[in-house]
Amino acid sequence: MDVAIEAEGLSKRYGDNEVLKGVDLTVPAGSVLGLLGPNGAGKTTTVRILATLLPPDGGRATVAGHDIVKAPLDVRRRIGLAGQYAAVDERLTGRENLVLIGRLYRLGRANAKRRAEELLERFDLTGAADRETKTYSGGMRRRLDLAASLLADPGVLFLDEPTTGLDLTSRMTLWSMVREQVDAGVTVLLTTQYLEEADQLADRVAVIDKGMLIADGTPDELKRKVGGERLEVSLADPATVPEVTGLLERVAVGEPVVGDQGRSVSVPVGSGIDSIADAATALRGKGIEVTDFAMRRPSMDDVFLALTGRSSAGESDEDEGRTAA
Amino acid sequence: MKELATDTWILAGRHMKHIARVPEKLIGVTIAPVVMVLIFGYLFGSAMSVPGGNYREYIMAGIFTQVMFSAVGTSAAGVADDLKNGLVDRFRSLPMSRYAVLLGRTVSDMAMTALSCLVMAVVGLLIGWKAHHGVVKTAAGFGLLLLLGFTMCWIGALIGLVVRSPEAVNTISSLMVLPFALLSNSFVPLDGLPRWMQIIGEWNPISSVVSACRDLWGNPSTVVSDALPAQHPLAAGCLILCCLLIVVAPMAARAYHRAAAR
Repeated sequence: MDVAIEAEGLSKRYGDNEVLKGVDLTVPAGSVLGLLGPNGAGKTTTVRILATLLPPDGGRATVAGHDIVKAPLDVRRRIGLAGQYAAVDERLTGRENLVLIGRLYRLGRANAKRRAEELLERFDLTGAADRETKTYSGGMRRRLDLAASLLADPGVLFLDEPTTGLDLTSRMTLWSMVREQVDAGVTVLLTTQYLEEADQLADRVAVIDKGMLIADGTPDELKRKVGGERLEVSLADPATVPEVTGLLERVAVGEPVVGDQGRSVSVPVGSGIDSIADAATALRGKGIEVTDFAMRRPSMDDVFLALTGRSSAGESDEDEGRTAA
Repeated sequence: MKELATDTWILAGRHMKHIARVPEKLIGVTIAPVVMVLIFGYLFGSAMSVPGGNYREYIMAGIFTQVMFSAVGTSAAGVADDLKNGLVDRFRSLPMSRYAVLLGRTVSDMAMTALSCLVMAVVGLLIGWKAHHGVVKTAAGFGLLLLLGFTMCWIGALIGLVVRSPEAVNTISSLMVLPFALLSNSFVPLDGLPRWMQIIGEWNPISSVVSACRDLWGNPSTVVSDALPAQHPLAAGCLILCCLLIVVAPMAARAYHRAAAR
């Protein structure tokens, strides 16, 4: 099986609201597809359809080799789903939650217990295993939710905004846990509003907006579409901006942009060390005080802005692919 | 079929664990019915009389059915909770039987109503109620009550799936249930009512269950009507409840699929 998820023309409407307008997806086995888009773009609907929770109104799809409409049970046996809100039973302990789901996956009682133990260990929940999950932190719940989705060793994993609302440390923990699954050969379809998340985890990214795919490619390909590297200079004194803009125009291959409330200037530059050296020399020659001088690759934020004309809902300061020059 | 039974059993076990974690839930199924027995038995029992026996014997069948009704709210709240916290999504992504989530809920809630019956029966015996016709008929009466309870659990599940909000579920279920609970022969004979209300009361399955239990237990009865269900309360009760179940259970199953598909 080379293709783990294949969808053609998936559509869904609620009354007059056309949520999906013909979505095509192909996810090769063992790879990670990041489905990226703002709230209401159709990401969750796509995942729910592929995970057999929701029948599509049009189109067809196979997941792990089985048709989602004709053989939903065969699909369910081979997938794991971790949702936006951590679907755990608050009154049960972490261990009880996993054993419950494991038994419903028909692992059998002994097997379910053994798997629960392994996963508690792997997701660093052994210490909290016998506490009711209502005492868990947000990050612990997500980890338990992810563990529950892995009980039956699924070949395909759907993660619907797995880290929304988590702090950075918990997000990074979860990312490394997802990466472990990918290394073990699991195919992952991941939805996210965080551009950085797609950048970190996904082999390919599909950008969805208003129910349609508007772009598809590796994170690097998408960034290249938006443009090359930019030189960004932050200034101690905003009054020097016009002068700096003039200086940088000489090394630029495009229009300079003033940002950061008039404290920084960025320009697209050609590759190679020359433009950076020229810019630095010129700035030093005029005695301009620079607080930051960096080459900046276009972030997924820029990609999103360029594709949709809107900035994303994710935070901006973590999404920048800064490379110091 | 075997898988359905296993999944149902597993999920019913989950609900039993909830009860162990939140023992307050038991108050609703034990203390509350006992209070009802005592209030109705002593308060009304000393003020009312029924032909051919004492009011306490008369009232017990009625109280039993009232408590069966409380299952509507319990099941509705449980289902709405699961919907709200995303567990239903998780369950639906598993290769488990379609009906198991609802069956697990209704079966375990019915087990709770059985516990209520047991507690009430003990209290009833203490205040002077008795079943006079031997083990089989006594058990048959309780069997019919449990069928009523099971039906109410399914109605509750349906309400919970349609209403969805755990906060609104309680109000709505009591609002829907109250007219049925009261417009019956549970507490007062129907004879004194206006004709149209009498007809509703006679065909109300609650009246059939109450009358059937009174007959089976040898408690005083007040049936003076020749309406068909009043003449054959046991058959009528079984038939109406089974029909209700056949209609409501698939409706709940459909509502489950639709509710989760949002």
